[in-house]
Amino acid sequence: MLSSYIEIKNVSKKFKNHNQEFDVLKDINLEIQKGDIFGIIGFSGAGKSTLIRCINRLETISSGTINLGNHEIDKFSKKEMNLYRQKIGMIFQHFNLFDSRTVYDNVAFPLEVSGKSKQEIKKRVIEILELVSISDKKDFYPGQLSVGQKQRVGIARALANNPCILLSDEATSALDPVTSLSVLDLLKDINKKLGITIILITHSLDVIKYTCNNMAVLEDGLIAENGSVRKIFAKPSSETAKVFIKNNSDLAKFDYLGGSYGI
Amino acid sequence: MTEFLAQVFSAEVWGYVLPATWQTVYMTAISTTITICFGLLFGILLYITDKDGLHPSPIFNKVFGAIINSVLSLPSMIVILLFLPLSKMIVGVSYGPKAFIVSLSIVCIPIFSRMVENSVLEVAKGKVEAAKAMGASNLDIIFKVILPEALPTLIRNFVVLTITLISITAIAGSFGAGGLGELAVRFGYNRYRSDILVAVIIVLLVVVECLQFFGAFISKKILKKRHLV
Ligand SMILES: Nc1ncnc2c1ncn2[C@@H]1O[C@H](COP(=O)(O)OP(=O)(O)OP(=O)(O)O)[C@@H](O)[C@H]1O
Ligand SMILES: [Mg+2]
Repeated sequence: MLSSYIEIKNVSKKFKNHNQEFDVLKDINLEIQKGDIFGIIGFSGAGKSTLIRCINRLETISSGTINLGNHEIDKFSKKEMNLYRQKIGMIFQHFNLFDSRTVYDNVAFPLEVSGKSKQEIKKRVIEILELVSISDKKDFYPGQLSVGQKQRVGIARALANNPCILLSDEATSALDPVTSLSVLDLLKDINKKLGITIILITHSLDVIKYTCNNMAVLEDGLIAENGSVRKIFAKPSSETAKVFIKNNSDLAKFDYLGGSYGI
Repeated sequence: MTEFLAQVFSAEVWGYVLPATWQTVYMTAISTTITICFGLLFGILLYITDKDGLHPSPIFNKVFGAIINSVLSLPSMIVILLFLPLSKMIVGVSYGPKAFIVSLSIVCIPIFSRMVENSVLEVAKGKVEAAKAMGASNLDIIFKVILPEALPTLIRNFVVLTITLISITAIAGSFGAGGLGELAVRFGYNRYRSDILVAVIIVLLVVVECLQFFGAFISKKILKKRHLV
């Protein structure tokens, strides 16, 4: 069984384009505890997506190690890698649903891949669609869904295989405040109920404040600071965190609805 | 004029045209089937062995791509002649519809391989990535994601392929493949039987229109079902 304790040690990632090399991640060190909800924030291009894509090896790292409990993920064979990925759910910013499959079949996909029987799949899909409250749309195609509904299907699909880790890349940035609040509640709920470790990328401090226990600030491929959300909010030390917090409170002044701006 | 039309639709003319139509349909159907099998296989091989593909293998990809391109770049007439001896080895004869099936398939496989490659390349990268992130094997990704997602485009390309094949059977016809092409050359060209030529053209137009119609219809139906149009 995989542990959901994640340890990222001296990880760097270079992209080669033509003859140029780009250092996108530079010597990243992070520990994410089992059952945590961990937020990653930073400006566009800081390397947030690249970092979480290294965790399920959609990107291969250039140096360093990533461990899950006692397992070093770079040592996995291709087959082990696929088994490992079945235990890591990922929610994408652009959903990446399969247009050729209904909502039901989209959620069934990871279960088919992991070799579950038809009955098991049916039971699980119905259960998980219930959890994200989208059961009534099970025979719809993604082309018939609203953005928020698509994101729910994306979440259901990510959760179908009972993952121990959930990676969420700006899962709520395309949603209206009310819908995104309900998605965040859902994430908090499954974290509490199932003990899944969640890593979420966001541009919104409100999202971090509302959902996360710990966080890291990424600045140009470096961890500018990390620690508990409470501590960083009280006393930000990095430039990025200061700018984010300042902007956030500036916006809040304009928000006569009371502090929920931009969730 | 009416006399000529009556001649075009006379029993004598169709006595020639119908058997030739059947030969053309026979050649096209079998060559298409062979082409689809190999074209799908080769197109997907090209796709997955690309340097950014599911199973990168740049050297294989380059060599295989070069072979496909070289057959593509030769005029189909030359490919047909070039592979007739091979046909003879496989089916035992070098004339008649059967003999040309091998050559016709070899002309069309590179065309369809590239069509398949292009169709599957259209599938959004994010979908493939999502499947990867869920731990799908490459086979799962190909059969459960890429091919179903690309299906409407594949069907359209398939129709274009079949129409191309019909026109190439006409070229093969002038080398003794039989079918509508041979009829057109033998009677329409050599013996100035424009009534037969016109009948051949009518059959070809009807067949091509029907194919086009059904292809577009099915493709559209799938897109509608998925609510993508
Ligand atoms: N395949 C690639 N090849 C070259 N450079 C890349 C590639 N993928 C990402 N990069 C670069 O890496 C940097 C970090 O990208 P990344 O997508 O991780 O940023 P991000 O923090 O997620 O930004 P955003 O908030 O806009 O999503 C960017 O400068 C980007 O141009
Ligand atoms: Mg990103």
